[in-house]
This record gives sequence, C-alpha cells and structure tokens, in this order.
Amino acid sequence: MKDWKYWVAEQRGTLFAFATFVVMFTIYVSNHPAGFTANVVQTAANKGVLLAFVAMAQALVVITAGIDLSVGMIFILTNCLASWIVVGTPLETTLGIVGVLLAGLACGAVNGLIVIYGRLQPIVTTIATGAVYYGIALLLRPFPGGSVNEDLADFLTGKIWGVVPVSLVVLVVVVLLVWVPFSRSVMGRAAYATGSSEAAAYMSAMPIRRAKFLTYTLAGLLAGIGGLFLTFFTYTGEAALASGNAYTLFSIAAVVLGGISLYGGTGSAIGAVFGALAFRAIGDLLFVFDLDPLWQPLFQGVVLLIAVSLGAFALLRVRNKLDWFT
Amino acid sequence: MSEISSTGRQGLWRRIDPAVATAFGCIVLLLLVGSIYSSNFLHLDYLLLQLKVASFLGVIATGAMLVILLGQIDLSAPWTITTGAMMSCAAAAYGPAGVALAIPFGILCGVAIGIVNGIGVAYLRIPAMIITLATNAVAQGLMVVYTGGFSPQDEATEAMRYIATGFLVPGVPNAVLVWVVVGAGAVFLLTRTTFGRAVYGIGNSERAAYLSGVDTRRILVIAFAIAGGLAAFGGVLLAGYSSKAAQSMGDVYLLPAIAAVVLGGTSILGGRGSYLGTVAGAILITLLQSILSVMQIPEAGRQVIYGIVIVIMLLLYGRAPASR
Repeated sequence: MKDWKYWVAEQRGTLFAFATFVVMFTIYVSNHPAGFTANVVQTAANKGVLLAFVAMAQALVVITAGIDLSVGMIFILTNCLASWIVVGTPLETTLGIVGVLLAGLACGAVNGLIVIYGRLQPIVTTIATGAVYYGIALLLRPFPGGSVNEDLADFLTGKIWGVVPVSLVVLVVVVLLVWVPFSRSVMGRAAYATGSSEAAAYMSAMPIRRAKFLTYTLAGLLAGIGGLFLTFFTYTGEAALASGNAYTLFSIAAVVLGGISLYGGTGSAIGAVFGALAFRAIGDLLFVFDLDPLWQPLFQGVVLLIAVSLGAFALLRVRNKLDWFT
Repeated sequence: MSEISSTGRQGLWRRIDPAVATAFGCIVLLLLVGSIYSSNFLHLDYLLLQLKVASFLGVIATGAMLVILLGQIDLSAPWTITTGAMMSCAAAAYGPAGVALAIPFGILCGVAIGIVNGIGVAYLRIPAMIITLATNAVAQGLMVVYTGGFSPQDEATEAMRYIATGFLVPGVPNAVLVWVVVGAGAVFLLTRTTFGRAVYGIGNSERAAYLSGVDTRRILVIAFAIAGGLAAFGGVLLAGYSSKAAQSMGDVYLLPAIAAVVLGGTSILGGRGSYLGTVAGAILITLLQSILSVMQIPEAGRQVIYGIVIVIMLLLYGRAPASR
C-alpha cells in the first residue's frame, strides 16, 4: 500500500468532517439571499470559531477516553471574566487577555487534578466543577453587562484585506500553536495510547497521568480562548446557564461529527473544528430556508441524535456477538 | 462464613456499607450545624418539610440509581422531568378524561424517552451519556415547539396537587408516602427479582451476564424506560407542588440526582450499591440545599459551595480503586 493510502485511512474521520462541512456550507451559501460574499463568510466564521474552540477543547479530552461536561461553563466563566478585565490601554488589555487565558487554564487544571489524582469519574467531576464555574460566573456577572476593548474586538472579528476573516486566522494560529505541537509530542502520543487502551499504555511506560492532565488543562485553555472570543463578538459578559449547557452539548456533537470516537484513541482536533463548522452550518440552514425559529432547538437536537447514531454503524462490522460489549 | 456467624456483632458491622454510614453521619452533622445556626432545624415540622422536598429528588434519584447500577448514566433527566410536568398539565386541557389520565400520560411520555435511550444504548451501542444528551436536546426541542406553537395549559390538576402536597395520613405529607411506595418498589425489584439480579450482574460485567444467558439488551431497555418514567413522575410531582409546569424546571435536578446516588455509595461504574444509600443521599443533598438557602447565600455562592461539597464528599469515599 502506498503511503498516502495509510494517511487517508488514518485521517478518514477528519476528511469526512471536512466533506460534511463543505457540503453543508455550500447548501447554506447557495440559498443565502446575499450569496457567497465576504460578509456572509465573515459572519459564519465568527459564529463558527466560537464552537470550534470549545469543540477542540472537548476533542482533546475525548481522545483520552474522558469527557468534559464543564467546557461550556468554562466558556461562560471566561466570557464573564473578560467583560471585566479586557479593557483600557493596550497594556491593560494584554494583561487582561493573559488573565482570562490563565483562568481557563486553571479551570482545566482543576478538572484534571480531580479526575486523575482524585480518581473520580470525569462525568460526575465535570458536572460538579461545572456548577462551581457557573457559580463564579454568576458572581462576576449576575446581570448581562460589562465591556471590552472595542478596537481589538473589531479587529479580531473583522476582515484583513477585506476578504479573510481574522477570527479564522486566529483559529488556524491556535491550531498551529496548541494542537500541532501537542499531537506530535510524546504527550500527544501518550494521550492517544491512553484512549486506546489505558492498561496497554501503562505497560508500555507511557506518561499516562501527565498526558491526561495536559489534555484537561489545554481543554480549559481552549475553552477560555472561546470565551474571550465570545466577549469580542458580543462586547458583554453574561452568566447564562442555558447557553453554557448548549455549548457543552454542541461540543460533543461537533466531536462526533468530527470523526472522533467517544471511546477514545482516534481522531484529531482538526476534525472537531470541521465538525463544529459543519454543525453551525446545519443550524443555519433553518435560517436560510426561512423556517420558524421556534423549531431550531428541535432541529439541532435531531441533528445531534442522527449524528451520534451514525456512530452505530460500527455495529455493522461486528463479527462476534461479544463485540457488542466492548 | 463460619467466622461471620460465630461473631454476630462483627457480622452485622461488616454488613453496614461504610459509604451509607458516612452519608447518614453527614446528615446528622448537617442537622447539628444547622441547629447551631437556628434552633428551628430540629423541629418536627421542619424535618417533615425537608423530607417532603427530598421525596421529589428521591423519586428522580431512584430512576438515576437503576441506570447507574447498570454502569450507564442518564443525562436526559432534566427535560424528561420537564416533559412529564408539561405533558401531564397539557392532558388536563382535554376534558374530564384528560384530567383523569393526566398523571399516567405524563409518566408515559417519560417512559417513551427512556425507551429511546434504552434502544440507543442496548441495540445501537451508543454510549449512554451521548444518546441521553441527544434525547435531552430533542425533548427540549419538542417542548419549545409545543409551548411556543400552541397556548399550553400549565395548570396542574387537583389530583396532581393532592399527591404532591396533600395529607392522606395526618401529619405525613403525601409526597413522602409516594416516595416510600416508589422506594419499596425499587428495593423489591433490586433484591427480590431476577430483574434486580440481572441489573447488578450487568453492572459488574455485561459480557459475563450475557454469557450466563441473561437477555442483557432487554434488561437495559426496561431499566432506561423505568428511569424515564420515574423522572417524568418526579416532574408530575413537582408540577403538583408548584401547581404549574415551567421551562427548564428540571435543569436543577441533574446534578443533585446523580450526586444523591453516588454519595449514597452506589458505584458510578455500576454493579454495587444499595437503595438505603440513595435515600441517605437524597436527604443529605436536600438538607445541604436547605441550609444554604436558610443562610441566605445568593445563588452564585450556593452553586460554588454545592459543587465543592460534592467533589469533596466524592473524594472522601467515592474514589475509584487505584489500578496500580
């Protein structure tokens, strides 16, 4: 077999997500009243990257066969924090951004510490820490409000040379700075190995704990970048329980659409990014086909249900009845 | 074996689950802390009120426990609760027959959601967490369409109000009696039936249970259906309690229900746990919430304290065994 065939086999999930995104986005723009213009792309990109960051965060944890149900709450918390501290002179703004990112990092690290060293189940732990993060967000912004450095916000949500959305550039930069080095490092390999088989990874002397801790921490950081961007788009912070839960839910949908197995060990964060963009495009279809917005939650729920049921196609490959239970 | 029977006291001591004992210990501790703050905490009226509030959580947690014993999890509880509440109120709009069938109809809607969950988990082999999150989203979508598209009846029926707030036995709220009945049913099901044995067996190893001739997939579907029905029944009770159904009234019950089960000593990995523990967990969480609200800590602080307390308690006795 040629080398490229191996590569295709390995990246099947990511390529499938990319194809889904292209198809969905094509349907979207071809039915959009304004058509394929820079402004439509910019709006779509700005909404898409929010979920893309949160989905990348979820993807990192899912690769180690874990789950983080607090990503949406970290996203909301960093949004509320940013609406306080990302203001003022360039120096103050920079310090504010650093503060927001550190807060996201700290939330992720707390999740990691409890899950790995406290030996608690990720689901229960992250539901509980999610409540804590939401509580802190409520302390910061009981009512919607706050502000952000508008020059920076306008630049980061605008276009360069009138064509390329800056938010997409930032997304690519984050992928290059966070995901690429991680996935090529020993830690990244240990994360994949842990997701495939924790016992085998342990026997092979992989640094399981450090790798898992790193994935939870980076997940917090990525969710924090997402929260920062939310502030740039809305100019405000708001502790909204429903939207935090929605982002957690959508991040899982994006991960599944992105070809990442929820049992761990496969897929890439780039797949999750395309999964997120595809999920957003599907959601926007309702808008271009002019359906009642009331149906949007149901439509998104059904898409999610179908997306996760697609994973059941693995059942068709079962050769032995005992394969059901793995 | 002979060791245990020869020293009866030690045998009894061994039978007590340390987690259940810890949970009951924490309840006593909370009551003591509360009584320092205000002497009302030890009054019978207050305790009965707490028991009544705990019984709503207790019914929902019973369903959650059944699923957790299987080694699965049901995250669709929030909107199953809301669906049960809204649909039972909606049925009441259809004349006397609707009023009579309101409660069973609400429960049946929950059972339907549970069956979808069960089929997804048992036959399609989708991880429980994912399929239940998806059905939660679908149930939410359906309810949004329903409440937005039509003008819903959101008044609870007399019967619903009666089972949630009335007194059949003087002094004992009906909700507590309901919990006692549901709890007795759960204990019977778990300890005296083949279904119960199968649930524990599947929780320990589904593969082994299957090879022993248990139709594991059918058991999974039934368990999820019961869990959905109980969550919806919890919603019916809550609607009766507040005499109406509201959007996202179930959201605040997801963490408490799971926490009640896990704090009661049921292993989140399945196969181990007793109903007594779940009772203790539900009371424990209700008391904790009550004390935080009596101390007039704002919602934000309550969320923080609540999350931290649950993590600390889990760290104390809910940890997974060290694998190495």
